[in-house]
Amino acid sequence: MEVHQFRPSLPPPRMSVGVVGWLRSNLFSNWFNTLLTLLAIYLVWLIVPPLLKWAVFEADWVGTTRADCTGEGACWVFIKERFSQFMYGFYPAELRWRVDLTVWLAVIGAAPLFVSAMPRKALYGAAFLVIYPLLAFWLLHGGFLGLTEVETSQWGGLMLTLVIAAVGIAGALPLGIVLALGRRSKMPAIRVICVTFIEFWRGVPLITVLFMSSVMLPLFLPEGLSFDKLLRALIGVILFQSAYIAEVVRGGLQAIPKGQYEAAAAMGLGYWRMMGLVILPQALKLVIPGIVNTFIALFKDTSLVIIIGLFDLLNSIKQATTDPAWLGMATEGYVFAALVFWIFCFGMSRYSMRLERKLDTGHKR
Amino acid sequence: MKMVKSTLAVLTTAAVLGVSGFAQAGATLDAVKKKGFVQCGISDGLPGFSYADAKGNYLGIDVDVCRAVAAAVFGDASKVKYSPLTAKERFTALQSGEVDMLSRNTTWTSSRDAAMGLNFTGVTYYDGQGFLVNKKLGVSSAKELDGATVCIQAGTTTELNLADYFRANGLKYTPITYDTSDESAKSLESGRCDVLTSDQSQLYAQRIKLAAPDDYVVLPEVISKEPLGPAVRQGDEEWFDIVRWSLLAQLNAEELGITSANVEEMAKSTKNPDVARLLGAEGDFGKDLKLPKDWAVKIIKQVGNYGEIFDRNVGAGSELKIERGLNALWNKGGLQYAPPVR
Repeated sequence: MEVHQFRPSLPPPRMSVGVVGWLRSNLFSNWFNTLLTLLAIYLVWLIVPPLLKWAVFEADWVGTTRADCTGEGACWVFIKERFSQFMYGFYPAELRWRVDLTVWLAVIGAAPLFVSAMPRKALYGAAFLVIYPLLAFWLLHGGFLGLTEVETSQWGGLMLTLVIAAVGIAGALPLGIVLALGRRSKMPAIRVICVTFIEFWRGVPLITVLFMSSVMLPLFLPEGLSFDKLLRALIGVILFQSAYIAEVVRGGLQAIPKGQYEAAAAMGLGYWRMMGLVILPQALKLVIPGIVNTFIALFKDTSLVIIIGLFDLLNSIKQATTDPAWLGMATEGYVFAALVFWIFCFGMSRYSMRLERKLDTGHKR
Repeated sequence: MKMVKSTLAVLTTAAVLGVSGFAQAGATLDAVKKKGFVQCGISDGLPGFSYADAKGNYLGIDVDVCRAVAAAVFGDASKVKYSPLTAKERFTALQSGEVDMLSRNTTWTSSRDAAMGLNFTGVTYYDGQGFLVNKKLGVSSAKELDGATVCIQAGTTTELNLADYFRANGLKYTPITYDTSDESAKSLESGRCDVLTSDQSQLYAQRIKLAAPDDYVVLPEVISKEPLGPAVRQGDEEWFDIVRWSLLAQLNAEELGITSANVEEMAKSTKNPDVARLLGAEGDFGKDLKLPKDWAVKIIKQVGNYGEIFDRNVGAGSELKIERGLNALWNKGGLQYAPPVR
């Protein structure tokens, strides 16, 4: 018996598969898209080659002084020569191992928190959060238990940026949560205090807060008594950012259905256990993007300490450009600063995305 | 230097001064001796005046003024701690006692001297506003700048001085204001403006930033007086004298030909009574200042005479290559003149 053989199906038209097909359907599907594509290509052609030429092909990489920068492009020698100053500021060179150790301790100490299977993770996390800041302060500042003191006026560079950001985050988050709970409290006194606090700090610009802390505060204190400048700035940053965190967290609290509160109450849980076990875990999970957003803004805002003469990464770079031996290196310096800030902010945002995916249990479709 | 970007800061500090007390005579020196170092307010970065090298050492004329005071008081120029201050912070920091002295390219003006509760001890650098132009323009005097586009830094008194000067000479101009000196240098280079105006000391620094510095020239006209000097709190005359004479000793040393290289030699073997008095070989003029007998020797040995400081930081021995000009000694055509030690 003759079996009917279907003819093999023809391949799709050559113009609709592969690279050409993708290009046709995505970039040149109609005259308008074609126009936009061509325009974009023109812009890229306009921007990228000169940029690469400046930053890579005609840039100077080797040498030790400005005289070694003979090319037309960027002078990365400047960054190379000043790199340690951009990282540590004026921290004494022979004591910089303490800064390194502090960073390594943070990395090693926090690593177990990222292991899902680790037992007693909450306990370990709490212990880490209590012990590490004390240890970090001892290592960075010293002055007791056998370490030489390094005054905060000698701190600087990326290290100072990270200190301000880390202390700001570690201080603002708990304070912000407390404020958010306080704002939703049924006790009028607490509610009024929290609302006033939040609205005050949200209503003033950070630059004003820093300026007040460094210029006005000393005038109100008795002569000779002066607070550490960094400490004043840190307190300002914490108070300021906690108000923002509080509002973000409040958004999360309001998104929790009333049933959850009632169910928790029906289980016989008191206020703190209701919040701690039922409401906050759900609410904080909801507002991770908002909180990380605030943290990224905080990280970038640390560069405002430039106006009170603290030498964070940006100000260290700015100061290095005033060295007569390196005048005219501002562009290289600012590009480098932008790169470092971008790396950290991008890292934070990737981590927050990971965290969201991991914790996204209730609303997954 | 006119770094006061906001008169508000001046007003508030002046207003609060009514409340805060004035320093007592002698208190500062005692406090400084007790803590073992001079806390000195400097700039947060100004080429030639105060900046940090790659190792993190502070350098510059303003920094050397601090070091000279430390050398006089402790016999050790390294006993200084620096507080880098922004233009807005500087007076408060001095008034509140956060720093013992301010050596931060600050222009000596009547209002600051009288109303701000501080005293200027002298002039470390006679500065003034000038112009930087491209040689291609073929201009040799600021009077030929009619119709020019001028780059200025926003918010400083530079703008006001410029307006005054052009109005007084009946010239027209278009100002372009920038926030930072880097921007204005780039703008001059790209030809967006014909001329850049700033303090002369800074024009030399600006010129280095340009790709072809030799194509640009600083015009001879100086259109404002900017005497820069260190300041101390009002009311402590003893400390005031120490800071003042630390500078004057350096000026006297230059006039008498004493340098960091020959100072110890001269202290031992001099026949010149002026030198002997300054270096403590004859009489004890340090005692009047509550300083050790060899105070001037220590300053000159460790920091240098005025000429050496100038040369090293902003003059021929530096990248800036600024002429002595007004800052030459009085007997060499300049304004720097120190009363004698006797």
